[in-house]
Amino acid sequence: MASTTIHVLLLLLMPPLLLGVINKTKAFFGGRVGPPLLQLYYDILKLMRKGIVLSDTTTWIFIAGPIITLAAVVAAGLLVPFGQIQAPITFTGDLILFAYLFGLARFLTTTAALDTGSSFEGMGAAREVTFACFSEPAVFFAFLVLAKVSGSLTLSDMLRASVDASVMGSAPLILIAIGLFVVLLAENCRIPVDDPNTHLELTMIHEVMVLDHSGPLLGVILYTASLKLFVLGAVLLHVLTPSYLSTDWLDWPLFVAGMLGLAVAVGIVESVMARLQMRHVPYLLVFALISCGFGFLLLIR
Amino acid sequence: MSGVETILFGIALLPLSGLIGCMFAARSTTGQRVASVVMAVGSTLGLCGMVAAFNDANPQSISLPWLLPWGRFAVAVDPISLLFLGPIFVVPTLGSFYGWGYWKPFEHPRSGRRLGLSCGFLAGAMAMVVIARDGVLLLIAWELMAISAYFAATAEEGNPDVRQAGWIYLIATHMGTLCLFAMFALWRHATGSFALEPAHAMPGGMAGAIFLLALTGFGFKAGLMPLHVWLPGAHANAPSHVSAVMSGVMLKMGIYGIVRLTGLLPAEASWWGGTLLCVGGVTGIAGIAFAIGQRDIKRLLAYSSIENVGIIAMGLGLALLGRSLGRADWIVLGLGGALLHVWNHSLFKPLLFFNAGAIIHATHTRDMDRLGGLAKRMPQAAFSFGVGALAISALPPLNGFVSEWLLYLGFFGALDPATGRPGAAVAVGAVVLATVGAMAVACFVKLLGTVFLGSPRSDAASGAHDPHASMLIPMGILMAGCAGLGLFPMAAVPVLEKAVRTWTVLDGPRGLSLAALAPFSSISVMGLLLLATVGALALSLRMFLRTRTIRKTNTWDCGYARPAARMQYTGSSFVQSIVHLFTFIILPKYSRPALRGLFPAQDQFKSTVLDLVLDRFAFPLFHVCGKYFSTLRVIQQGQTHLYLIYILTILFALIFWGSL
Repeated sequence: MASTTIHVLLLLLMPPLLLGVINKTKAFFGGRVGPPLLQLYYDILKLMRKGIVLSDTTTWIFIAGPIITLAAVVAAGLLVPFGQIQAPITFTGDLILFAYLFGLARFLTTTAALDTGSSFEGMGAAREVTFACFSEPAVFFAFLVLAKVSGSLTLSDMLRASVDASVMGSAPLILIAIGLFVVLLAENCRIPVDDPNTHLELTMIHEVMVLDHSGPLLGVILYTASLKLFVLGAVLLHVLTPSYLSTDWLDWPLFVAGMLGLAVAVGIVESVMARLQMRHVPYLLVFALISCGFGFLLLIR
Repeated sequence: MSGVETILFGIALLPLSGLIGCMFAARSTTGQRVASVVMAVGSTLGLCGMVAAFNDANPQSISLPWLLPWGRFAVAVDPISLLFLGPIFVVPTLGSFYGWGYWKPFEHPRSGRRLGLSCGFLAGAMAMVVIARDGVLLLIAWELMAISAYFAATAEEGNPDVRQAGWIYLIATHMGTLCLFAMFALWRHATGSFALEPAHAMPGGMAGAIFLLALTGFGFKAGLMPLHVWLPGAHANAPSHVSAVMSGVMLKMGIYGIVRLTGLLPAEASWWGGTLLCVGGVTGIAGIAFAIGQRDIKRLLAYSSIENVGIIAMGLGLALLGRSLGRADWIVLGLGGALLHVWNHSLFKPLLFFNAGAIIHATHTRDMDRLGGLAKRMPQAAFSFGVGALAISALPPLNGFVSEWLLYLGFFGALDPATGRPGAAVAVGAVVLATVGAMAVACFVKLLGTVFLGSPRSDAASGAHDPHASMLIPMGILMAGCAGLGLFPMAAVPVLEKAVRTWTVLDGPRGLSLAALAPFSSISVMGLLLLATVGALALSLRMFLRTRTIRKTNTWDCGYARPAARMQYTGSSFVQSIVHLFTFIILPKYSRPALRGLFPAQDQFKSTVLDLVLDRFAFPLFHVCGKYFSTLRVIQQGQTHLYLIYILTILFALIFWGSL
């Protein structure tokens, strides 16, 4: 019960901090002071106090989009183990529900974008659903590797399995970790796929889909985005560090430190790379797919 | 009265409903209503009989001799039949009530009664197909089904497109039937009778030939690639409630045939399952790729049916492989998932076709790039369409997810070290399924977004309104089914388990049960949790916004103050990049304007999407065949008395040849 409470609290409270860490890292590389670590919390609180501007074109779907997306990502977050402790909800085949909850989130985000009738948001939605056609198979190749390595079909066991540390034993995991890192960047619209800071609508994916959302709705969207980064990051973190020290009291702090380290890594990637041209993004995603696919091939060879 | 007799009685009422409808005047609404009520009574009887037959420990069969020299009138109801009977009794009846608003007799006096008649016969024939236990009876029902579907689909025969689609359908269905004739001939040769009883011993080559013929013959009806050529045109051009029955139920007769035959044959060769798995994967990916490229709402839905048939075929392939490799979990999950998907598809696809009909009824166009903004004008249709689109994209907490989840469990189960490398190859099916899933989301976001969201792209779309209650209620029932099976999937488990046990009767008893392999209750819990979270968030947002100012303005378009409907992203532009990925099968064709000079003249841009199989292979092939066969016209000059003499001559020749 205590671990469930900690899990839920971590899931609900920690995600915006990751964005703060990423931005601090980027500021460090740019020689700036950067916004405070807790900036996203302030932003969300400020947005929650504001009113809303709604387009005449929109329907209830425009409001349902952010809400259902948030619910889906929270539900997905309950299936992922944080650290060595089992997730609050775990059952055979929960990994598929996990992937499809993100599918539900994508469906609702893109329909809410199309609800405005703006062609910019149409472009963003089109890119989002197109890129998913590459990232989804990549994720499932990664799941196949994890399932094969752990011999289990629950995320909690798959992500906490201990692997043999030989080169051939860990190579598939390294390959899928690379693939999953690319998917993480793409799904969360980070550089090199998307630039969360730009305001040029023609070149964006996620930011352009939420152009018309304002006030509390935008707050929900920003929060959901950080939550998504947190949940997918937790999956990647487990692949990178298959087994921790198995000391109970150290487990949560280690997990938090790992997540912060991951945020620093994302920040470094964003600092040293430029955003790819939009037409080159599929190449990157195919690379992720191939990386995960080869990981699976290596494992079953 | 036993279950089987009740079902037979119910089935008899289905075609009768159309005959009764024919006794009224062509413009009479009463005729249509009486026919629907008779059909509903028949279906209710059938459903009651199904319950009785399901609870009956040893289900009875009826076998009567008849006047024909071959076969018998043998029918029986086992769990596999029950599973397929469910949609047959539900969907056509709902379609018949939907017709009250959609196909009003005084608007269609020429085709109304004929449509009722052919729909009744179609439903009755399909029901006979799934309970027939004799090859000859099955073929008779099969042919009756094919013909009545032809007459139902070509209700608007004045339209040349409808006639062409009808011809292609008729040719394709008879090519399939020919394969079935050959298949049953071999069956009789191998088993000694036309009776559909489990064949315990059969030479491997013979069983393989029967399997391949069944796969081709039934595959034509199911729409497996590349035998799908008839399907998009026929579904697009039929009245929408007929499309719903054809897609939701009739395609499944092809699936039923494959399930039934493979259940009767001893499955030793692993290439059967492998073939079906590959064909299913190709059908799934190509089907959804084609669907993404379409502009016609109903063609899109038809191609998406092909995709769903592909998913079902993948499940069957997994189950067949499980039988030949002795993996009980593959059988249970593969067949269980496939059969549950049969039910699911017969819930959400008719829902979407009914919706498409409502849209066409309100706007008189099937071209989605001329629609838009219908969610404001048809809010109830928009909601049910949204539910259908979520369900068909296999998203939780709706029913499509549950069946795909079972298939995923089966594919992931193939990773078991005991099965080695073949198992790992099978497991790649999960990746194929994931790709299909991601593409389905793209496809249905496109459809939902282009048709219902944004602002109307034509006057027709801006004048639309919600359909009549007689159309909305059938949609509501199907929607409730989607939600019910998605949230409480364990309701379907007893039927599925019994069906799996029937299918594997040749292999002896197996210990595994579906409920033990798949934790359905967790899916329920997660689904309810998701709904509760959404509800709580929506309520709190509502409370929250009560004190906030809500300002209404137009959509932000980068400072441009007057965005017009024509500036919106169309469905075609939405999917352009995916279409480009699949140019090797989708074949997009563009005719671009040639702009010259400083002041180019007015010109047009056109884009269409062709079907690789139909436009590149089938049409050229039949064209060439037509050219060569036209030389045979010398013996066919249109003089009937000469033809009679030909027949006599051939009969004599055959008799002499037989006595040699």
